[in-house]
Amino acid sequence: MSAPRDKLGRPIVVVTGMGVVTSLGAGKKDNWARLTAGESGIRTVTRFPIDGLKTTMAGTVDFVTVEPFSSTGLTERLAEMATAEALEQAAIGTKADFPGPLFLAVAPVEVEWPQRLELGRAVGKTEFGYEHMLRVSGGGRFTEYHHRFMFGSIASHLAENFGTKGSPISLSTACASGATAIQLGVEAIRRGEADAALCVGTDGSVNPEALVRFSLLSALSTQNEPPQAASKPFSKNRDGFVMAEGAGAMVLESYESAIARGAKILGVVAGCGELTDSFHRTRSSPDGKPIIGCMRKTLADAGLEPEQIDHINAHGTATPENDKMEYNTTAVVFGEHLPKIPVSSNKSMVGHTISAAGAVEAVFSLLTLEHQRIPPTINYEIPDPTILFDVVGNRARDAKVTAVMSNSFGFGGQNASLILTREPV
Amino acid sequence: MTEQKSAGAKEVWITGIGIVSSLGEGLDAHWDALNAKKINVDDKRFAPYIVHPLAPVTFDAQIPKKGDQRQMEAWQRIGTYAAGLALDSAGVKGNKEILGRMDMIVAAGGGERDIAVDAAILSADAKGNSSPGFLNERLMNDLRPTLFLAQLSNLLAGNIAIVHGVCGTSRTFMGEEAASIDAARIALARIEAGQSDIALVGAAHNGERSDLLVLYEFGDFNLTEKFSPVWQRDDRSGFALGSAGCFLVLEAREHAEARGAKPYAKLTKVVADLAQRKQPGAVTKSLEALWPKLGVGDSGTLITGATGAEPVTSEEKVFLRQHPGFAIRATGTMFGHTLETQFPLGLALAALSISRGALFPPNDPTGLEVEKAGSPDQIVVVGAGHWQGEGMALVEAIK
Repeated sequence: MSAPRDKLGRPIVVVTGMGVVTSLGAGKKDNWARLTAGESGIRTVTRFPIDGLKTTMAGTVDFVTVEPFSSTGLTERLAEMATAEALEQAAIGTKADFPGPLFLAVAPVEVEWPQRLELGRAVGKTEFGYEHMLRVSGGGRFTEYHHRFMFGSIASHLAENFGTKGSPISLSTACASGATAIQLGVEAIRRGEADAALCVGTDGSVNPEALVRFSLLSALSTQNEPPQAASKPFSKNRDGFVMAEGAGAMVLESYESAIARGAKILGVVAGCGELTDSFHRTRSSPDGKPIIGCMRKTLADAGLEPEQIDHINAHGTATPENDKMEYNTTAVVFGEHLPKIPVSSNKSMVGHTISAAGAVEAVFSLLTLEHQRIPPTINYEIPDPTILFDVVGNRARDAKVTAVMSNSFGFGGQNASLILTREPV
Repeated sequence: MTEQKSAGAKEVWITGIGIVSSLGEGLDAHWDALNAKKINVDDKRFAPYIVHPLAPVTFDAQIPKKGDQRQMEAWQRIGTYAAGLALDSAGVKGNKEILGRMDMIVAAGGGERDIAVDAAILSADAKGNSSPGFLNERLMNDLRPTLFLAQLSNLLAGNIAIVHGVCGTSRTFMGEEAASIDAARIALARIEAGQSDIALVGAAHNGERSDLLVLYEFGDFNLTEKFSPVWQRDDRSGFALGSAGCFLVLEAREHAEARGAKPYAKLTKVVADLAQRKQPGAVTKSLEALWPKLGVGDSGTLITGATGAEPVTSEEKVFLRQHPGFAIRATGTMFGHTLETQFPLGLALAALSISRGALFPPNDPTGLEVEKAGSPDQIVVVGAGHWQGEGMALVEAIK
């Protein structure tokens, strides 16, 4: 192996533990088996009534239950499961004593409808407003809802359970959040501030209002039947993304520290990059410059040329605009080399895990490197003739993969990319 | 974990400050208000709850397009406005070259509800109208399609990018008071390490929200009935929510000098921790553990974001009394509790005081805050969140 510093003289950041939960299952083993078999985790929602909704399917994680139920509670549980798996693999520190900071990508937290309805019923009137709800909110009856619905509550819980050090950071860069969490961990290790960092992305927020919100923005697929076929990245008949739940966790370490303790190195976070788009709240700049710049910054950060990327784990949401924009910008960055790069979207099977997606897909990218096998983009029956990616359609493909670019783009002009490699570059 | 600086860490200057609050907008207005011991509270609108309402602001001055203003809820307008003031103050407004590579870390809450929609749904539910699809149908029909964008935490940063063109990197930290302590900590660490040259850091809060009052009422955190300064709430503890936006431009000294920027002060340290507050005294202990990392002497000046809520305020008082040489100022008395905005506000007032060569007067009948003459060359900024998160910063004069 090479020296413990990268081309730019910074500590090399490696991954020594990974965990994942999606609608396909809990853990890397199940997820990988199902992902490479081309199975879909998308199903008709049963957690709450779907009457009156335009989109009635999602990648819910129904095999995990929390009592009393809340999206925030589920989000926390998913993060906990993924983290436990990552820590077990990394075998770092001692139980409940992780030797580094926590960076948590998480959906914004708010009081949810079941609790709001409970509060409303406590008012004891049939015509009332928030001023009446205020009068019954205090006095200890709903104390646990304060903690549950604080933005910092999930990170605080994880920090306590896993013994991470310092002030845990909860962050949101919308659909790029998971990638940003990893980037913050990479930066901390490169600064020499920490030898290890726990980076987690989690999202358990399939609830009525969340579905309605994305519906009202016309972002979701409405191809409800069959639900497994709804998410169609890069297809001509794609019509939106499918909301989903999941979590991905990674233990990052400096190469030096991982080697010193004899840890098994699963891969390298060779580069990270981000560049903000100031064009519109939900749409990308038509010239694609911010996304192009984001990918180029990431290549430069990794010290790699476009020709050295041999797989792209696409953002690939299956919205008409994203996939087109992603192709156009990727084509500019990779030029003549693009046809040689197999591209795939995990979201065809697990859906869009929103705040978790960047972390979940980073885990899948590393599994791709480990197994030298690229998971398919399912539901790829009618290719969009204007998207000339070499899409790994419908069946997994064995391939020599040494460097993967994983892209994440989100509302608010958020663009983030990661480059993951098997060995230090 | 960030207190150990590597050799060759870059000096970080505060070159821009933007504040809008219940006391007004801009640095002069705030300096005058602080010196006049002005407090602006409204105890009628949400009675018996007390809030510090935003002073009248003409948003057009920083958000010229009405279309942009319409796309935002109040917290985003407040923040976008304050960010614009900070960019103006740093002399980088409209400078596309710098703004295009400026890093941004925003500390945000989010989620202003459509109060009328919520109330109508809840009232209908109370009347027994709860068919399976009822909630879905009402939300589908009644929610404004773009409201979501005004609720999303990262869309304050998104709006700042759109309105002001700050578009290097954009990160939004969440988690109440601690979020902005960490935002300042990470921005400082990145600039010191050469990972960033210039950054916009700050937060915004709309305290005039009944849905937020409900959230804090769950934990009995709201101040009711009668306003009193934060140190004088022994009989009736709690915080009065405040509306405010505050942003800072942090910049590597070399970068600032190269463009001829005038600094207000330098930001030397930001440290933070999360104590599990299960035992009495946990906050005192956490603050005491952070204190030596600042490397300050026995006397000086300290600006705290103490909330007035208990038990954290009493525990912070114990810590403060262990450092009797420090003149204390609590922003909570004048600004109310502005959650994520409280720590940047403390940093801003520290930098402002240093640049004006004086500390503003105490505003505290209990005597914990005392007069302090002379020009401060170091100010400690303290933040202890109402339920979790502790942090400190050191702002210093540039010599």
